[in-house]
This record gives sequence, C-alpha cells and structure tokens, in this order.
Amino acid sequence: MNDIQFERRQLLQGLMAAGVLGISGCSSLGGGASASKAQVVVVGGGFGGATVSKYIRMLSDYRVDVMMIEPNRTFVSCPMSNLVLGGQRQMADITNDYATLSGKHGVRVVHDRVASVDAAKRSVTLASGGSVAYDKLVIAPGIDMMWDSVQGLREANAAGQILHAWKAGPDTVALRRQLEAMRDGGTYAIVIPEAPYRCPPGPYERASVVAAYFKREKPKSKVLILDANPDVTSKGPLFKKAWAELYKGTLEYRSQHKAVAVDAKTNTVKFDVQDDVKADVLNVLPTMRAGDLAVQTGLANANGRWCHVNFLNFESTAQKHIHVIGDAIQVAAGMPKSGHMANSHAKVTAAAIVAELHGWEINPHPMLTNVCMSFVDDAHVIHVASVHEYVPTQKTFATIGGSGGVSDVRSDLEGRYAQGWARNIWADVLK
Amino acid sequence: MKKSPLPTRRRLRVVAALLAGCGLAVTSSTQAQSQDAQRLRMRSLASTCAQCHGTDGHAVEGEALIRLAGLPADYTLSQLLAFRTGERKATIMHQITKGYSQDQLESLAKYFATQK
Repeated sequence: MNDIQFERRQLLQGLMAAGVLGISGCSSLGGGASASKAQVVVVGGGFGGATVSKYIRMLSDYRVDVMMIEPNRTFVSCPMSNLVLGGQRQMADITNDYATLSGKHGVRVVHDRVASVDAAKRSVTLASGGSVAYDKLVIAPGIDMMWDSVQGLREANAAGQILHAWKAGPDTVALRRQLEAMRDGGTYAIVIPEAPYRCPPGPYERASVVAAYFKREKPKSKVLILDANPDVTSKGPLFKKAWAELYKGTLEYRSQHKAVAVDAKTNTVKFDVQDDVKADVLNVLPTMRAGDLAVQTGLANANGRWCHVNFLNFESTAQKHIHVIGDAIQVAAGMPKSGHMANSHAKVTAAAIVAELHGWEINPHPMLTNVCMSFVDDAHVIHVASVHEYVPTQKTFATIGGSGGVSDVRSDLEGRYAQGWARNIWADVLK
Repeated sequence: MKKSPLPTRRRLRVVAALLAGCGLAVTSSTQAQSQDAQRLRMRSLASTCAQCHGTDGHAVEGEALIRLAGLPADYTLSQLLAFRTGERKATIMHQITKGYSQDQLESLAKYFATQK
C-alpha cells in the first residue's frame, strides 16, 4: 500500500505525520484514532482546488486526509489582477500564501506537478518522482491555451512579446510593464476568443481599467477591444454605458473579430474576415480548454476540450473516483467559468465526497452561487449574480427562476463590495 | 447521478455491507448518521454564503460585507426577507435571496446565529 516512494520528510514538511497513507478502496471514518483514514488527493491549488481541500477537511471534521499538489508557492488571484494592469493595485495586494491551509486545516500542501494519473491503480505520479495513492482524486486544473487557434502566437508568447496574462502571475507584471513602456498616443489592443473562456466579463474589465489608466496618465492613447463574439458576452449594456460615458474617444469596441494569426515582427493580428490590426501593445487571448492534465488523463470528453461531470458530485463521466471542478468542466447553462463558481463547485464536491466516504446519501439538491464583480474604472463596479440548483429530472444545474441579475448602475458602493468580496473569498479559499 | 437498480435505502445498506466487508466496523448508529448527514447538508448550504460573508459567516474584518456569524436569527431572517420583497434596498442581496426558499432562509439565519 505504501506507494509514496519519495522522501517522506519532504512530503510532510511542517505537517502532521498522522494517517499519511491512503488505503485504496477500503476506508472507513467510523473507527477510532487508529483507524485508517481515507485519502483524497487534490491536484491544483486555485479557487477550486484550495477550496475543496479546505472544505473536505472541515466538513469531515478533519478526519479525511487531504493532500493538495500545486506547483506554485503562492496563490495569485486572477480576480482583481486586472487592477494591477490598470495600476490601481500591486501584485502584493492579490497574492496570498498556503500557510493557513496547511497550518490551520491540516491540508498537506505539496509543491510539485502531477506527471500522470493511473485511474486503474488510483494513484498519481509526481513530476519529481514517486507516486501517491488516493481513494478520491479531485482535479482542478484550470485552463490551458489552444495555441494553434492563433498562428504564430505560441512563439510570440514564448518570446515575451504578445502575452495573454490570463493566468495571474509573472505575465501580469510583464503586461503591466508593456503598458507602462508604451508611448502616449499608442494603442493597446485586447483580442477576445469565442466563448466559452475563463471569466466572461474579464476582458471587458481589463479594457476598462486600462482605459482609466490611459485617461489618467496617457490621454492620447487608445484601447481597442477586438472580440470574436457577436457582442459583449457579459454585462454588455452596463459596460457599453460606462465606455460611452467615461472613455469616448479612448476606448473602441469591435465585435466579430476572430483572430487567426499574429505577426510578431510588426505586432499585427490577423482575423478570419476583418482587416489586420497593428497595435503597440497586443494582448491576445487564445481559445481555451481544460488544463493539460485533464486532457492528458482523458477527462476532456466534451469535444476534447472540457470535462463532462456528474453535477451531483462533480465526478468525471470518463473515470470513477476522479472529480473535476472549476473552469475545466463542461458547464451547465448559465454557469460561468469564474473563481467564485469554482469555489462553489468545490463545496458541492467536498460535501459529496465526505458523504460518500461515510456511506451517506449524497445531497440530492445541491446549490451554487456566483457573483462576478467588474471594475469599469478605478472605483466603480458592476456585477452579475446568479443562484443555481440541481434539477434531478435534467441531471444538471439550472439558475433559479426570479433570482440573480446585474447591477442597476455602476457604483462606488459596489466597488467597496468588490474589495470585500475579494478579501472574503480569498479567506474562504485559503484561511 | 447514474441510475442504480437499487432504491436508496437498500443502496446505503449495500455500502455499509461493503465497508464491513473491508474489515472496518461501521460504528455510528443509523440515527446519529442521519443527524451527521443533515448537519453536513446544513453546513453545505451555509457555504453558499461564504464567498462574500466568510466561512461560516466569519467575514474578514474591516470590509463592507457584513459578518453573519453570531447575529440573532430573528434579525438575520427579517433582513433576508426584506431583501427578498424589496422592502430593504440592495445592490445584490435582493437577487441572491430570491434563489432560496423560506425554509432555507430560516435555517440559514438559525445556523449563522449559532456560529461563534
């Protein structure tokens, strides 16, 4: 049973050594202190992965062992990261650590990558060598890019010239530097792929806060939104009102611009139908799909791109005992790919896994909430909110009739709520 | 959920039997299990508020979104219902509360009142 072949001390660094090893397929929570514990392995420490790790520990009254495997040492939040690009926040404001997740909640945080998953043996192999057995595996891999959707982008991105910065971190800083270095009178162009992609309102928020930065510090500069979609995909009327009232002459929106190639020599993007566009800072978001590990493991059974799950417990429809949460799943109607939604997936999954390990019936009526707050300038925010329930006859989630909606108007009150939302959800995920 | 040929109760018995087959005793009584299972569902429902109001209602201090933990149940319920009818003006809460039943709002108000 001991599949852990790498240095135990390294694995257990700073963490309780009790009940380390999962015993595949045969676990009980009913026994005394000496009883073996079920072992859950979580891959990914983002909004989904960190939340499911914490909540499995909490909801099992700290009886189920959780190991979370995440290569990054810090949690850098995508929500609020657009404000770093606009100069309204610093990286330190959106960066948290995993210390409380391990120290307070006893999640065994391992900074490594998963090289492969053996679903038959119920074990994962780590990039640094060694393998870890699991009773339940939760994969929260986020998104990866379909580089071939835009010819030349992979190379231009690797060279650090044309960035997406759609995973907050070093690229966020690099794109901010590009914006800072841009001459006044230059053009920043953001290129949006066809939906679904991570964070539906994110590109429009980014364009807005960069426009606020230009208006403040580089008033002759322009923001150009080049969108593959037929219209703004989220909070359209509210964004367009803000653009008309705040950024006339600074920000321009163009729909139905599907990027097919970039030319790094001239910093030009080419479209399937429309004319080429040259920009000083080119920010191209390629088409997205489930994170690499999900695809490699054969879990991306929706067009090879997203992962179908059983919405009662987020178990993959491709593999038993493997759950997939967050941006990587094939979503239900009205369900955005957002950090808040990933956190909601995680809680339904944690409760279902805890129930299942106890031999209890899984909650037949799970619920999800979502709130996406977008800054349209330094202080004013608009939101979209929804409440979702599982509908047994349709075996999927649906938004609850009459609930949810968007802001009446942009407001600084919602700006303060957005800051509060960020601080609270980061704590809910990590603390 | 995949359709099982067995009704739920029988499935649970099978699960228990399988666990026993692993050589591990299922120690809790059925009643205690049922209470624990109910508690799990209540905590799960309350977690749908946590993104904005903190885990178990323990919001981060100093932010605009209120801490629900420890508020009197009557007060919380009256506010939730006032949001739902529109009697109390809101930016988001009128939209969120319409997603919950009266029973759910009552149980949430009680749950957060018991959080220290």
